[in-house]
Amino acid sequence: MGERQIIAFRLGQEEYAINIHDVKEIIRPTAVTRVPRTQEYIKGVLNLRGVVVPVLNLHKRLGKSEENISSQSRFIILNKGDIIIGITVDNVTEVIRLREEDIEVPEFTDEVDGEFIEGVGKYQDRLLLLLDIEKTLGMEKVK
Amino acid sequence: MSVNEYLNLFLEEAREHLQILNDELLKLEQNPADKGAVDEIFRAAHTLKGMSATMGYEKIAELTHKMENILDELRESKIVFSENLSELLFKCVDALETMVENVATENSEKFNISGILNDLKNFNQKDIGITQNHEMGVNNKLELNDYDHNLIKVAQERNFNIYEIKVEIAPECVMKSVRAFMVFNSLEKLGEVVKSVPPVQDIEDEKFEKDFIVVLITDKTQNEIAKVLNQISEVEVKEIGSLGLINGSTPQETNSVQEISSFSKTEDAKKGINNKISQTVRVDISKLDKLMNLVGELVINKTRLEQIFRTNDLSALNETAEQIDRISADLQTVVMDVRMVPIEQVFNRFPRMVRDLAKELGKEINLIMEGKETELDRTVIDEIADPLVHLIRNSIDHGIESLEERRKKGKPAQGTLRLSAKQEGNSIIILVEDDGQGINLEKVKSKALEKGIITTNQLEQMDENSIVDLIFSPGFSTASQITDISGRGVGLDVVRSKIQSLKGNVAVESKEGQGSKFTIKLPLTLAIIQALMVKVGPEIYAIPLANINETTSINLNDIKKVQDQEVMVLRNHVLPLVRLAKVLEVPNMDNYESEELFVVVVRKNNKFIGLIVNELIGQQEIVISSLGKFLNGVPGIAGAAILGDGTVSLILDIGTLF
Repeated sequence: MGERQIIAFRLGQEEYAINIHDVKEIIRPTAVTRVPRTQEYIKGVLNLRGVVVPVLNLHKRLGKSEENISSQSRFIILNKGDIIIGITVDNVTEVIRLREEDIEVPEFTDEVDGEFIEGVGKYQDRLLLLLDIEKTLGMEKVK
Repeated sequence: MSVNEYLNLFLEEAREHLQILNDELLKLEQNPADKGAVDEIFRAAHTLKGMSATMGYEKIAELTHKMENILDELRESKIVFSENLSELLFKCVDALETMVENVATENSEKFNISGILNDLKNFNQKDIGITQNHEMGVNNKLELNDYDHNLIKVAQERNFNIYEIKVEIAPECVMKSVRAFMVFNSLEKLGEVVKSVPPVQDIEDEKFEKDFIVVLITDKTQNEIAKVLNQISEVEVKEIGSLGLINGSTPQETNSVQEISSFSKTEDAKKGINNKISQTVRVDISKLDKLMNLVGELVINKTRLEQIFRTNDLSALNETAEQIDRISADLQTVVMDVRMVPIEQVFNRFPRMVRDLAKELGKEINLIMEGKETELDRTVIDEIADPLVHLIRNSIDHGIESLEERRKKGKPAQGTLRLSAKQEGNSIIILVEDDGQGINLEKVKSKALEKGIITTNQLEQMDENSIVDLIFSPGFSTASQITDISGRGVGLDVVRSKIQSLKGNVAVESKEGQGSKFTIKLPLTLAIIQALMVKVGPEIYAIPLANINETTSINLNDIKKVQDQEVMVLRNHVLPLVRLAKVLEVPNMDNYESEELFVVVVRKNNKFIGLIVNELIGQQEIVISSLGKFLNGVPGIAGAAILGDGTVSLILDIGTLF
């Protein structure tokens, strides 16, 4: 059984994780310009060293309460396929090596964010919700 | 280089050779005696054959090979150029084009060439008879003509060695031509190959048994040559002999002077060819884009420095800013230059298209193209072809009358279509003019009414120009007869929207009975534009200067309402107003209410609309960045620009904003 490297982060009460291969970098929040006529969960665009990068408000996307901005808040810049996009998180916790056999695919019934979760990882005594990035980014992004 | 890069190179070159085939065939059709054109066609087909065989595209190779056979006969005047032959060759080129494009999209030729091969075969038998008797490299005897003698004589006088080299290739060798090619390649590094028996062309085509003779002018010795050649496997040097003094050629002073000049002339001629080849420079567009990004950053940093200067007043810093200003300006010019491509690339395809269309419609058309060398940004070049094709088809189909009609009107039977391009300041103007029947105003009026594009009331208030302009309205098509060529519901509105998406515009002038003229105006480049920065509530937006007619201020009380539409009166004209804050859904606008507002008057489809904003910041040069794939296609937003303080501002797209 193999293992995968993941980056764990907090969002509200829960701890989520994404595959490290999909992460380009992690930055502190910077000025974001609102883009009108887009879905509510599109926070806007930012300037990443001369490149304009969209930012997705993960709190809104996953139906959480408003993001709570603190000194711990971060933007995780993802690089998935040919799309570069940032997501908002409350706190990046750590990089974890997760064994494949510790990942379970539970059945979500009435969970709001169930459709975006590809599995749950057990690590020590923590439960990590593994985010399905492709589904989270969605294709129906523009109104 | 990866296979993919080879593929791109192959495609690019294949397209070039196809273009040559098309061009030269057209030339040949105009003047069947043009031997130069036949040679060019032959060369292009031959190169294409070699390239495609190397890449493993057997069908392209086979078709070009068969074409070559016919071309060869043509070259040697065994057959004459006829209309049948021209049709056949054009058909071959079309087939090749389809195959090359299939390779581009699906990486396989996907084309059945048996039909066309049959045509070629039948043609061969029908028109050539049984003269096909290729002598296979039997005649390996060196014969030198006057030109060769001269060359050798001059070389001797300059103390070069002249060798006659007999090379034999191992009988078990599978690719004789490749070995031969390697021989030539090595020899050319040592000196100049003057002659070979059989001729190079035949050797490349493997039309030789096992040996061939090469005459080489060099400063190397026999041993050196033998050593180099014997390094090539499956190749053996049979004989190297000094060609020495040619009998009966005692050099004379006067002669040799003349001949030296002729010698250098051939060198010049060679150089000329080389120059021509190096004129086309291929640059990977993604590399250019990276370079462009760099320039963008430099521009941003420049603005940053200017800001530091304003706040801290350090004169040294100002100097630096000036330097950067100069550098970035230079860099910008250079990079732009590299991105520029002559519009020829687009124009080139039109002679063939016009010829085919004219034939199909039974019209005679003289296509005049001017300003082919005019340069446009690469991104524009790629996009402008479709609209131009549309306009040209339109002119040929609807504009230029049938032969009969033209005769009746006392016009020359041959219609004229003029396509021209020129630069005017920061814009490129492309004209498509014809001397056809022009646009019938009454027809346009009734059609527009019929299709419900305008009302009778509106029509009464319109001047001639606005009426003609209606042909660009969506869903408008005046051709009473629907033909294959144009007019299938998709009309000129597509042309206009395409050109507008390139930040340009298109207009039409027409004189009934005398013809019509379409004028396309395009910006030189799309990467950097002049924009007016405006503030809407707390947000800053950029409006491209190209869209702006004027700006003015307005008092809240001066905004009037006509049928729920806010308007203002500007120099006795009623100007409809749009509140940008509302259109752009700007939040918390309550904090930004003020008595005095500003109006930016923009042009959209020949109508003026005033955009209400809170503040005008000023004019600025901005570098357009895309919003990325994820946010592509947000209506009303053309892209983003990074401002001096590093924040991102959105660029409005007036065409799709409201």
